[in-house]
Amino acid sequence: MTDVLSTRPMDPPGAPRLPPPREERGIVGWLRHNLFRTWRDSIVSVVLLVIIGLVVVQLLEWALLSARWGVITQNLRLFLIGLYPADEAWRVWLSLTVVSVVAGAQAGTRGGYSRTIAVWLIAGQLTVAILALLSPMGPLVAAAIAANAGLTLVVQLATAKRPLPGRVLTIGWLVSLVATLVLLHGGAGIPVVRPDAWGGLLLTFMLASVSIVLSFPLGVALALGRRSRLPAIRLLATAFIEIVRGVPLVSILYLSSILLPLFLPGDLRIDQVVRAMGGMTLFTAAYLAENVRGGLQAVPRGQVEAAQAIGLSGVQIDRFIVLPQALRMTIPANVGLFISLLKDTTLVVIVSLLEILGIGRAVLAQAEWLGASFEVYAFIAIVFFVLSYSMAHASYRLEAALGVGRR
Amino acid sequence: MSDPASQPRTDPVLPTDPFVSSAAPGPASGSASDAPVIIECQDVHKWYGDHHVLRGIDMTVRQGEVLVIFGPSGSGKSTFIRTLNRLEEHQRGRIVVDGIELTTDVRNIAAIRREVGMVFQQFNLFPHLTVLQNITLGPIRVRGWTREKAEEEAHRLLTRVGIPEQALKYPLQLSGGQQQRVAIARALAMQPRVMLFDEPTSALDPEMISEVLDVMQGLARSGMTMLCVTHEMGFARHVADRMVFMDDGVIVEQGPPTQIFEAPEQERTKRFLAQILH
Ligand SMILES: Nc1ncnc2c1ncn2[C@@H]1O[C@H](COP(=O)(O)OP(=O)(O)OP(=O)(O)O)[C@@H](O)[C@H]1O
Ligand SMILES: [Mg+2]
Repeated sequence: MTDVLSTRPMDPPGAPRLPPPREERGIVGWLRHNLFRTWRDSIVSVVLLVIIGLVVVQLLEWALLSARWGVITQNLRLFLIGLYPADEAWRVWLSLTVVSVVAGAQAGTRGGYSRTIAVWLIAGQLTVAILALLSPMGPLVAAAIAANAGLTLVVQLATAKRPLPGRVLTIGWLVSLVATLVLLHGGAGIPVVRPDAWGGLLLTFMLASVSIVLSFPLGVALALGRRSRLPAIRLLATAFIEIVRGVPLVSILYLSSILLPLFLPGDLRIDQVVRAMGGMTLFTAAYLAENVRGGLQAVPRGQVEAAQAIGLSGVQIDRFIVLPQALRMTIPANVGLFISLLKDTTLVVIVSLLEILGIGRAVLAQAEWLGASFEVYAFIAIVFFVLSYSMAHASYRLEAALGVGRR
Repeated sequence: MSDPASQPRTDPVLPTDPFVSSAAPGPASGSASDAPVIIECQDVHKWYGDHHVLRGIDMTVRQGEVLVIFGPSGSGKSTFIRTLNRLEEHQRGRIVVDGIELTTDVRNIAAIRREVGMVFQQFNLFPHLTVLQNITLGPIRVRGWTREKAEEEAHRLLTRVGIPEQALKYPLQLSGGQQQRVAIARALAMQPRVMLFDEPTSALDPEMISEVLDVMQGLARSGMTMLCVTHEMGFARHVADRMVFMDDGVIVEQGPPTQIFEAPEQERTKRFLAQILH
């Protein structure tokens, strides 16, 4: 009795600490526990495993032996940048360089979710580089894209050692946004490429990222407006949100493509792409506003009172206390919204823009590639899945990081 | 309470240093009735809809006085102290704090809130900010201090409330007692002339109550004007200059603790004290 107590002072006598039962451990234990626990489990597991195995074998057989992947590699430039002039394509790769550097700097400085984004960016660019190598675009373009990926990694490693100030990152992102737009559009000495010539993945990206960047502040402003003490502002914000949410995106795209030019002076031509961006921004902002409003309501009243008690003004309370908490709470909902937005970019086909899905259809219309539709749609599905999943993955990391101090 | 702050003060703006009792120029605890008036309430009324919650409160508080306000649940204690910094609007009567009348004028409200600190039952710390950021937010954004100055002051206050090592943690990583002490430090960082406490220990586990009461007692000794809604009768007996019994929206009786505990004049006071003192 006395030596039991002396070796294990915390254990009451007769209740020794034991290791978990043997059969619960290891792969075999896991399988037995989860798949073959009872007779019924075992039958279901075996049947499902056989079905899954058959499907995978079939798919692999098709993908490796009979699929005509040439439809992707031969048309790779179309899939990536649409009808953007081939001679000017370097501008696209160069704008990617700018983004790669800033993304690398952010990943190195901040770590966490930023590193997740950088990893996906590197993997994505390397994949594109390999495809480019197999395509008529050739080794030079492949090397340029691979170099971008390398640059992200190098900058990330460098800034991990010597982190940049947050302000530099913010400026970096603004510069990369402007640089991308200037490079892609031209002007200032380089030939203009009208946005209507943008296509493929490039157009998908530009539609999604411009709409996300613009809809965020607009949505937050609408959410705050809906809570405003001034009835006029409240009414306007509410009306906007409810009307936009009550209308399908397709009709908003039509309307912005047809109506917008009517409101503008005749000689001012706005590209179809810009109108589509406007439509998607308004649409997304209305939904985002509702997400944010939910978050605003979830911030406890006591937070506002504590902020008032230390003398903060109404604007300061929103900016420093209420919005930061509300926006954190709405990250999952907003990322979900942005993923839908990404996929909804495929709808611009109705105003005759060719993002990646539109390009896919155009490619399939070529006599040469008749019957390769499964390859094309599988490729596009994979592209969208990877883009959506990388956003979701980064947001899980972001939520986990912001969870610090929130239990 | 240890008091390392007898070092020379670098900051002449501070009107009262909450914890320096020896150096404080103002009246010490048990303030004389000739100290200047800092809060003046006349016939304060408040309704929630048809519900008449404050039914004519008259009260004068002098600088350095420590008041304990007590009374049954729903008697309007919280509502009353919350009218003093305009978390609730009073609908009739006059409230003057530090010479400024509370009106609908936002400049007056802002001016009064700068002079009045408040500590809540539920702490109400900002969960997305570190302890240090919680404390420096007001001084930086409202008082316009530099970050360095505000942080220096924040570290000093955290030492005074006994948790100097928690500055970089988030509130929810702290115990309840520590959170409430951070909340006190946050209010003090604005260098208020009056501190309001609304049941500051009611949400705490019993073993943490005394650490908060100790801080409040130190603050009282330093000459801070305090209005505390609390049912901690030990604290009231030892620290309060005056006890105020409220019931049903009116002040039923008030006086020094000895009088309230030993010879209450009103039957209602007697009954209530008998209940809470068992
Ligand atoms: N926001 C509100 N809306 C309507 N009625 C309220 C509101 N806040 C308080 N009341 C009512 O006003 C009365 C006084 O409330 P108050 O919170 O001031 O009481 P209290 O003395 O602080 O009580 P407790 O000891 O429970 O905190 C109560 O009857 C309460 O129900
Ligand atoms: Mg109360």
